[in-house]
Amino acid sequence: MIDALRFSFMQHAILAGLFTSIVCGIIGSLVVVNRIVFISGGIAHASFGGIGIAYFMGWPVIPSTLGFSVLSSAVIAGVSAENTQRTDAAIGAIWAVGMALGIILIDLTPGYNVGLMGFLFGSILTVPLSDLWLMVPLMVLILGLTMIFYKGFLAMSFDKEFAKTKGVPVKALYFVLMVMVGLTVVMVIRVVGLILVIALLSIPPYIAEKYTYSLKGMMLLSSILSYGFILLGLYFSYVYNLSSGATIIMVAAVCFFFIFVIDYTKKKLRVPELKL
Amino acid sequence: MSVDVPAIEAKNIWFSYDTYPVLAGVSLLVRQRDFVAILGPNGGGKTTLLKIVLGILTPQKGEVRIFGKEPRKALDRIGYVPQNTSVNREFPVSVMDVTLMGRLGRSKYGWRYSSKDKTLAREALERVGMWEFRDHYIGELSGGQQQKVAIARALVAKPDIFIMDEPTSSIDRQSQTELYDFFKELNKKVTIVVVSHDITAISSYVKSVACVNQRLYFHDTGEITPDILNKVYHCPVDLIAHGIPHRVLRDHEEFGND
Repeated sequence: MIDALRFSFMQHAILAGLFTSIVCGIIGSLVVVNRIVFISGGIAHASFGGIGIAYFMGWPVIPSTLGFSVLSSAVIAGVSAENTQRTDAAIGAIWAVGMALGIILIDLTPGYNVGLMGFLFGSILTVPLSDLWLMVPLMVLILGLTMIFYKGFLAMSFDKEFAKTKGVPVKALYFVLMVMVGLTVVMVIRVVGLILVIALLSIPPYIAEKYTYSLKGMMLLSSILSYGFILLGLYFSYVYNLSSGATIIMVAAVCFFFIFVIDYTKKKLRVPELKL
Repeated sequence: MSVDVPAIEAKNIWFSYDTYPVLAGVSLLVRQRDFVAILGPNGGGKTTLLKIVLGILTPQKGEVRIFGKEPRKALDRIGYVPQNTSVNREFPVSVMDVTLMGRLGRSKYGWRYSSKDKTLAREALERVGMWEFRDHYIGELSGGQQQKVAIARALVAKPDIFIMDEPTSSIDRQSQTELYDFFKELNKKVTIVVVSHDITAISSYVKSVACVNQRLYFHDTGEITPDILNKVYHCPVDLIAHGIPHRVLRDHEEFGND
């Protein structure tokens, strides 16, 4: 494994994993506390339409998907912002239509579609340098927006009505958050694939939430956990020759399961305290 | 600020979520330092009226002025305590951080609050007796403690109007009395508007009463008569105070001794 570090593909993988972990920790935490995991899943799957367009037009995949993903995030933000009773149905539809569009466009594209599975299920070991260079400004943008609007995001996530009374532009922030989810999805596609993105956005923050007392702390711990899962997954996939994306998610899931069991037994064993 | 300018002035407010009007031509005038209770049945439009005053909702017709300004331009002058202060129990946030959210009107960007904001948050938390809980996780607190934090969060902006929706919904009777005594003290400087369906608890503290059920019935005296209640609730409601204004109903025993 240590030998493998000499190879540029492994160095790229480790860097891509780092960038991905940072954005997943930040955006995943916001996604979890705002209970928009399902909506984010919709954005991730709809992005497949962008991959289809890229293949059909012969454009570079990641930049084209970026445009499409931001567009579908904006549509989904518009649909869900009004908080109507049928938001989930509308998102389910967008979710599937995006994928269907992608599949049809790929059908219409002549030739053998190289690397398609990599976008669906991730292939962290084949991240080209050009994608790494695209990840850096995206990460800086997400970090910057989160730092500038942190207080607003925190207030909006905790108590939307109160935030509105303090003049926090809740709708605009929600829109910004959704677009950031779209950007994150595109960054993570290379690492775990668009089908598995949602696991990396939800499992680390869900664990981190149990051990932190602030949103900042949750973001930081989620990022660290994500990176741990990615590196461990990368190791196992390299050693046992398994798909990297799926292995990363399985590592996260196994950790999550153990933490859940430990937590549960602790609760069962604890003598109930008398609350005053 | 001239004393003559009303704290809240709502003129001919019409509001409907779909087609059925929740508020039909409601007008409300709250003078400075008033202590108003807004009463009315569930679904009668109390909370809607509140949201319009807070600038969260825009009425289809009519206008609202807070100290003579549009609600959106007077956000800093209102401190609001929502009805359900314990909605987000799992949320990773400390008591101090929740209180600081009250400073958002002045301090919008970045990820840190100034030391002035923190001093004000400390004062507000001390005022409600929650300073020692500042580092606690909000989800660990009881419903009553969470409500105190929500009050601190509203006070931290040093508002001129304090608005509270259903203050007694999550606390016991003893805490209710404490809460209303706290309001009485606060009312020396601040205009208070309280929305409640609990008539008995509130009648001894308020200076005036507004009853909302699609329309609004305003009473300057703080007196609640069976006639008013019949109009608002459309059915007879028992009145423990029997129409005696400013009756002190500290608890049932004291009432019984009368």
